Amino acid sequence: MKKYNITASVNGDELDYSCYADQTLLEVLRENLQMTGTKNGCGSGDCGACTVIVNKRPVNACLILGVELEGAIIETVEGLAEGSTLHPLQQKFLDHAALQCGICTPGFLTMSKALLERNPDPTETEVRYALAGNLCRCTGYDKIVRAVLDAAAEMRANAS
Amino acid sequence: MNEITNRDKNNFKWVGKNTQRPDGPDKVTGRARYGDDMIVPGMLHGKTLRSPHAHAKIISIDTSEAEALSGVKAVVTYKDIPDHPLLAPPYGPMITDFHDISRNIMARDKVFYDGHPVAAVAATSERIAKAALLLIRVEYEILPHVLDPFEAAGADAPILHDYQYTLGSDPKSSKPSNVFRVASSERGDLSKGFAEAEIIVEREFRSQPVHQGYIEPQALVATAAADGSVDLWTTTQGHFVIRGYCARLLNMDMSSIRVTASEIGGGFGGKNNLYSEPVAIRLSQKTGRPVRFVMTRSEVFRATGPASGTYSHLRIGAKKDGTIVAAEATIYNQAGAFKGSPVGRSVDTFFSAYSIKNAKATAYDVCVNRPKVAAYRAPGAPMAALGAELAINELAAKLAIDPIEIRLKNAVQDHEQSLSGVKFGRIGLNEVLVKAREHPHYSAALAENQGRGFALGYWMHGGGLSSVNANLLDDGTVTIATGNPDIGGSRSSMRVMAAEELGVDISLIKTIIADTASIGYSHLTAGSRTTFATGLAVINSVREIIDKLRQLAATKWDVPVENVAWEAGQAVCHHGDFQALSLKQLASLAPKVGGAIAGHSEINATGAGAAFSAHIVDVEVDKETGFTTPKRYTIIQDAGRAISPDYVEGQMQGAAVQGIGWALNEEYIYDHNGCLQNAGFLDYRMPVASDVPMIDTVIVEVPNPNHPYGVRGVGEPPLVPAPAAVANAVENAIGKRMGVLPLSPPKILQALK
Ligand code: FES
Ligand code: FES
Repeated sequence: MKKYNITASVNGDELDYSCYADQTLLEVLRENLQMTGTKNGCGSGDCGACTVIVNKRPVNACLILGVELEGAIIETVEGLAEGSTLHPLQQKFLDHAALQCGICTPGFLTMSKALLERNPDPTETEVRYALAGNLCRCTGYDKIVRAVLDAAAEMRANAS
Repeated sequence: MNEITNRDKNNFKWVGKNTQRPDGPDKVTGRARYGDDMIVPGMLHGKTLRSPHAHAKIISIDTSEAEALSGVKAVVTYKDIPDHPLLAPPYGPMITDFHDISRNIMARDKVFYDGHPVAAVAATSERIAKAALLLIRVEYEILPHVLDPFEAAGADAPILHDYQYTLGSDPKSSKPSNVFRVASSERGDLSKGFAEAEIIVEREFRSQPVHQGYIEPQALVATAAADGSVDLWTTTQGHFVIRGYCARLLNMDMSSIRVTASEIGGGFGGKNNLYSEPVAIRLSQKTGRPVRFVMTRSEVFRATGPASGTYSHLRIGAKKDGTIVAAEATIYNQAGAFKGSPVGRSVDTFFSAYSIKNAKATAYDVCVNRPKVAAYRAPGAPMAALGAELAINELAAKLAIDPIEIRLKNAVQDHEQSLSGVKFGRIGLNEVLVKAREHPHYSAALAENQGRGFALGYWMHGGGLSSVNANLLDDGTVTIATGNPDIGGSRSSMRVMAAEELGVDISLIKTIIADTASIGYSHLTAGSRTTFATGLAVINSVREIIDKLRQLAATKWDVPVENVAWEAGQAVCHHGDFQALSLKQLASLAPKVGGAIAGHSEINATGAGAAFSAHIVDVEVDKETGFTTPKRYTIIQDAGRAISPDYVEGQMQGAAVQGIGWALNEEYIYDHNGCLQNAGFLDYRMPVASDVPMIDTVIVEVPNPNHPYGVRGVGEPPLVPAPAAVANAVENAIGKRMGVLPLSPPKILQALK
């Protein structure tokens, strides 16, 4: 079967990969690029564990194809921190104990980042609806929602 | 709003403080390595061919075409898995029958459920492995199937296992049955009790099987070496159990299998079992290459878990003043394809929170054509609590007594014995009920179409085998290795307890999970046992280090060791003028004097405490659509002692939301052929963030006297009453009895008609 050569930016690095036409971005990230931070909970767009940001929009990496991404700008959980300085969302997830097993965490972080870029001052309800495509079976969402609201407040304070 | 009550005057430095979890940074940066994150050079990809039938005889399996496909390195069927004789009675409470397990991981003569493994391949890529599955020809003779446990227990049901006769039935069974055993406990005189009753409530209930719903599917890599040894990387709640089972199943020496537990992406009891591990080992042995298996979500639903679906019937009789004088319960637990549903725990759950003189509880373990059930957070308990708690609430309503008052009146007391023989020590039930009654939520006003539910849950925690190695390094830092996969923050709580004992900063302590070759046997991370049992082993190990350090100081000071005490992280001697020696100073001294300093502990912990969890929940029911929205949720629970309060709250909150799913949405939908129709997260709908409110918690602390810090265990109790509390809230919102879960909109509309 034919493979396609693609060049895209992943967390700021220009990367080349070659993939089959039916390979998803999730497979490309995890297998071709060995970036396993993005998780596979279902492979069918129903859990959000694979959420990444493509050209500033959150997407389920299991639902888009690697071949669609020529020239795309892709952000994954591995790119959130700057060196050893955590992104405010990462720090707030730790401060609020917003993770238990942590398998859902990369997806919640990327989805929350995309939310706060669009809406820096969300209400609790807005956070809950923005995260409704991300499943977490451990936390009951309480501490995740608090962490996102707190990170938003801190990011607003830092921005002003 | 979360609060902790009853904290006593103990002056702890770390216990009870919120500290950042040590595994946190790796988890928020994507560095943590879960089952599917292991990449081994040269590894092959395994895939499983699964039965498309609910019940069928296997006539033949032809793998020749698959084997011929380029890129396929090996194919295995039941012929590659050794057979094992059927386990003979007497059976323990946990049944481990290798006859059954070998057939569950790979069907032998029959398939028993849609999704039952029939063959497996290893190929150079996942796509080739998938293509190979299509080339395996299996000829089946389809048999009639049965899915419902109550029906399956009936005389005319299709029989799954023609060798299975009911154990403990009266009269003795003379023909094969789907009922494997009947577990029962009884005390007092039931007919006399009911004769004394001035009011009797009688109800029946049904609950559907529900999946644990961990977000990480089962995943592993098995590597067989030329010398016969095997390395296994897998996502599991108990790598020692996986080692033992694989060795038994494959007739290997235990020492030749070394299992490393990956970071675990949720389990809730569903990762106590093994599925593809032995098959992967076989494929690796055949090919000489590492073999990886990762389940798809659909495979997880079709072939792992779930918790039992149930049918139950209850009768409870009381005096007008609310004193319960008689209670009887019967439950049919669906075991799935093979025996072993949590019947003992169901029996123990019904009435253990109450002192009832005349009581009987009976549970049937029933095989049906569904995947073999797995533990799910307090296995067997939420379904029993559903019946008991709703029946008691109905009793209270009929007697015009407050639901908490009736429970206080009948609450089991310290040192009493439960129906199934559990002897309670000091328990926190009264404290929990009083706190619940005082909570503002309990008396808050309700809006139109809203209802409030209340339910109480009981769970007896596990103890058991745990091993710990603690090493003091010569720079004064400490490593602690346990044998328990960290599913709920145990690396953090172990670190906290070790720091408290040593009197040093937590940053000096690093906790890891050791593989099976590196540490003594450690039982599953299950039964809410880890903080209790493994915590005890940590405390023992660290105390051993402290004793050695005291000895070292005594030698240096030339005083008897009895005169050396350990205070705030240093050795001190109050019998003379000695400069205290810190942990760090002693650590650097040790290699020069007697050698490295370590402590270890291998224990079989007993004395786990019982815990009680009370739930108050408000729901709003849309009478047009039948849709239920939880509006407010409060849990009041005795944790014994919360080592890390944030994580204790997290356990309670997570369980509440699982209970909401259990009560309102989650169910398996099978077609008339017995094939699962909703094997995915879209149609098996677990609660999402927009479905639920904040979950308020009140941690009550009535310390368990059998643990230095009073730990009881917290993971399971909060699921026990959750489905009952939510169902009770729906009942109160619409004024109807609602005993059939899930309470999905069609059922509510039907009830409102
Ligand atoms: S893995 Fe993509 S949504 Fe679940
Ligand atoms: S923390 Fe386990 S699924 Fe979210």
